Amino acid sequence: MSAQTAVRSDDASVSSTLRHVTVTSKKYPVVFTFMSVVLGLILLAAPREGETKFRFSAESDFFVIPSISVPAMRVAWVCLAILVLATITSWVLYARERRTPLVLGIVFAFAFLAGFLSWGGAGSVSDFPVVRLISASVLLAVPILFGALGGAIGERAGVVNIAIEGQLLASAFVAAVVGSITKNPWAGLVAALVAGALVALVLGAFTITYRVNQVIVGVVLNVLVLGLTSFMYTQVLMKNADQLNRTVRFPSLPIPLISEVPIIGPALFRQSIIVYLMYLAVPLVWFALYRTRWGLRLRAVGEHPLAADTVGIKVERTRYRALLIAGAVVGFGGAYYTLVSVSAFNRNMTAGAGFIALAAVIFGKWDPVRAALAALLFGFASALEGAMSVVGSPVPSQFMLMLPYVVTLFAVAGLVGRSRAPAASGIPYVKE
Amino acid sequence: MKLELRGITKRFGALVANDHIDLVVQPGEIHCLLGENGAGKSTLMNVLYGLYDADEGEVLLDDEVVHFAGPGDAMAAGIGMVHQHFMLVPVFTVAENVMLGHEPTRGGGRLDLEAARAKVVEISERFGFHVDPDAIVEDLPVGVQQRVEIIKALSREAQVLIFDEPTAVLTPQETDELMGIMRQLKADGAAIVFITHKLREVREVADRITVVRRGAVVGEAKPGSSDAELASLMVGRSVELTVAKDAPRYSDAKLEVKDLEIVDPDGLVLVDDVSFTVRGGEVLVVAGVQGNGQTELADALLGLVTPSAGSITLDGTELVGRSVRDFLGQGIGFVPEDRGVDGLVGTFTVAENLILDRIYGPPFVKAGSLQLRARDEFARAAVEEFDIRTQGIDQPAGRLSGGNQQKVVLARELSRELRLFVACQPTRGVDVGSIEFIHKRIVATRDAGVPVIVVATELDEALALGDRILVMYRGRIVGIVPATTPRDVLGLMMAGIAPEGSEAA
Repeated sequence: MSAQTAVRSDDASVSSTLRHVTVTSKKYPVVFTFMSVVLGLILLAAPREGETKFRFSAESDFFVIPSISVPAMRVAWVCLAILVLATITSWVLYARERRTPLVLGIVFAFAFLAGFLSWGGAGSVSDFPVVRLISASVLLAVPILFGALGGAIGERAGVVNIAIEGQLLASAFVAAVVGSITKNPWAGLVAALVAGALVALVLGAFTITYRVNQVIVGVVLNVLVLGLTSFMYTQVLMKNADQLNRTVRFPSLPIPLISEVPIIGPALFRQSIIVYLMYLAVPLVWFALYRTRWGLRLRAVGEHPLAADTVGIKVERTRYRALLIAGAVVGFGGAYYTLVSVSAFNRNMTAGAGFIALAAVIFGKWDPVRAALAALLFGFASALEGAMSVVGSPVPSQFMLMLPYVVTLFAVAGLVGRSRAPAASGIPYVKE
Repeated sequence: MKLELRGITKRFGALVANDHIDLVVQPGEIHCLLGENGAGKSTLMNVLYGLYDADEGEVLLDDEVVHFAGPGDAMAAGIGMVHQHFMLVPVFTVAENVMLGHEPTRGGGRLDLEAARAKVVEISERFGFHVDPDAIVEDLPVGVQQRVEIIKALSREAQVLIFDEPTAVLTPQETDELMGIMRQLKADGAAIVFITHKLREVREVADRITVVRRGAVVGEAKPGSSDAELASLMVGRSVELTVAKDAPRYSDAKLEVKDLEIVDPDGLVLVDDVSFTVRGGEVLVVAGVQGNGQTELADALLGLVTPSAGSITLDGTELVGRSVRDFLGQGIGFVPEDRGVDGLVGTFTVAENLILDRIYGPPFVKAGSLQLRARDEFARAAVEEFDIRTQGIDQPAGRLSGGNQQKVVLARELSRELRLFVACQPTRGVDVGSIEFIHKRIVATRDAGVPVIVVATELDEALALGDRILVMYRGRIVGIVPATTPRDVLGLMMAGIAPEGSEAA
């Protein structure tokens, strides 16, 4: 028996920390390989001739930057070479059980983009509009970004807000109606916030008070809002379009001086008030969540509601308040459709932006700043289609229209590593 | 502050969890509430803390009747609670957890983190706690997390402190330190309620002892009472505290685990280079404070997790990489740690649960259909043999008491032909009567020549059952020692300190 007992003899005590080994994943090298092959096939299968011109400013700008012309195929091949190098590096790192650094991912993304764009714009008579691409990215990201902020606030408090889509659509509709009747975009905006909060209130009543499954309620709400607004649109708005569905839009307000900065100025600072509010909303939501009493309690309720309850925080009230604010934040995004983008409501005009916002929340790891960046990425993916059609790219526009969804799939599939949701997200709080 | 409970009664449906309980706690006194799991101690404290509403009775503070609508009221009145399952937000820092609910703010609801940090440091220094206010709670050892709970209560000027089963998750050393802290708080004038079912701790710190059984106070005991006296008061009859067993008679059967390593998705090595052998006819106890890799090790023995390295061989057959069904087919019996989650399907009947892992063929399934008569006969026999107290084999297993649920699991696992038996915390949350029975069955399995592994977090159980004791700490083996090893040595080993001069004798 004594032969079978043993005590560690290498040292007197066992270390108090767990050993850590690097877990490597094949995700990066596999995706890199796939993308390199895609670009390689494009270049081989459909070689093009001529030059690609990138335009950085308009004639009317204060500073005019000359357009740049590049030999299209040569640049594309150089970019492909960079992609292949990055892919090999990534495989080597994987073989050595090391992780692919984020920098390599960024370099890869830019090289891919540059190669693809110079191939797409080859030989075109029109220039490739860089400024317009940036500006369109921001504009297309507005509803997604507000939606993602609202989603992040809701989930941080423990309520999964699948109904972002419904909130966007409802607030777009209400903004159109109120904005048209009053002829005042500000009244439309306020109405949109209320509409977003109202949809959130319904979500809250079912999920917080009656503890119905949050995903089901969210999906049902989306369908309900879609049906309701479509019905009202055909039955009421179309018959009285002049009175009920013709808003006065928010004007574009160029900010003095910074709107003249080359590239960035025209792209980012000749926008309407809602876009400027979006610039402010991101740091504001971040500050509110991480630096205020409201945010601390909200996060506590989303992570460990029982612990919050035992220190006297009213869990349900906190969740309701968070959800209403989240709904109003989403309302800004809805208002953008009918008060900035166009001046009339149209059936299902949000077209799934709310779901992409939901993806941005996950991609952004439930953090407002990261979620905002994710929303911008999705906006960029959508904007690329427009820019490519300007230069008459050979890629069918249907493929380009798929791009935001493909990007979403990749993003949510976890390209950015493991993310951790608030622990009590989606779980109703039941007090015994 | 003096705390008094008068005639507290709390019912859950037909169950009377608290039946007219009276309790008085004076300032500067440690009052122990002793009782088995399910005796109603925690319910009573949740009533006091405002989490439950009492059906009858009243709470008095300094002889004045108070009424708490929620924990917020209880705290404001000066009652602090150190919960059995810590009420801490794992991803928050210590300071954030301590200030939650009564946050110091600067204008506009902005958090005043400086003030919160200062408060933590001040209390921490007053009691010698050594707690970093900026540490993330989930990164801290359990013992330190508990101190955060205490700081949380003290930062709210609590004068009555309730400790609900505070030692369940602590190493013996941490337990001693906690006893020290409790004495210090007592000297500071706090009234302390200490809820536990561990007799040794009671005798060590209690000024007064109230024993609860089945929801009612059954008597007071003096701090000088013996273990046997306290136990019989707690259980209602005299109980055997030791397990009778003969010296092991080894058979040829053998489980060999070699260089086993289990890594979680984040790269943390949960089981690190673990090797041991268990022979047929002996019980190897895997001891250690919960969360040191025992769960993962046990799961690997049933193929529930796949190790990243190492081998598990049973009588020469390599098992790593096979499916759970193959593991079961090799004759491995497994009692999981959390029977409610992994051991039983609560809404299934006792009979269904008893054949849960035998649905692949005869005698219970023929041509794809259940053989109900065979099942019921088998179930009736098992209920009889394992003394499962149930209204019938058709009763949902989830409705049984903890001890009887565990007997269902045990009956299922032990009624197969076994070549290895693994039981994880087999008596957790089980009444003393059932503990005796379960221990006897485990010893009987060993005597039948089967290698047995018992994962235990309590030293009492480890010493009672084990022929050898393997102590794990942070995923590694601290040592494998005979069951005659003194308690204090085992205690130190559970904290990762290998005893000097005891190397592989």
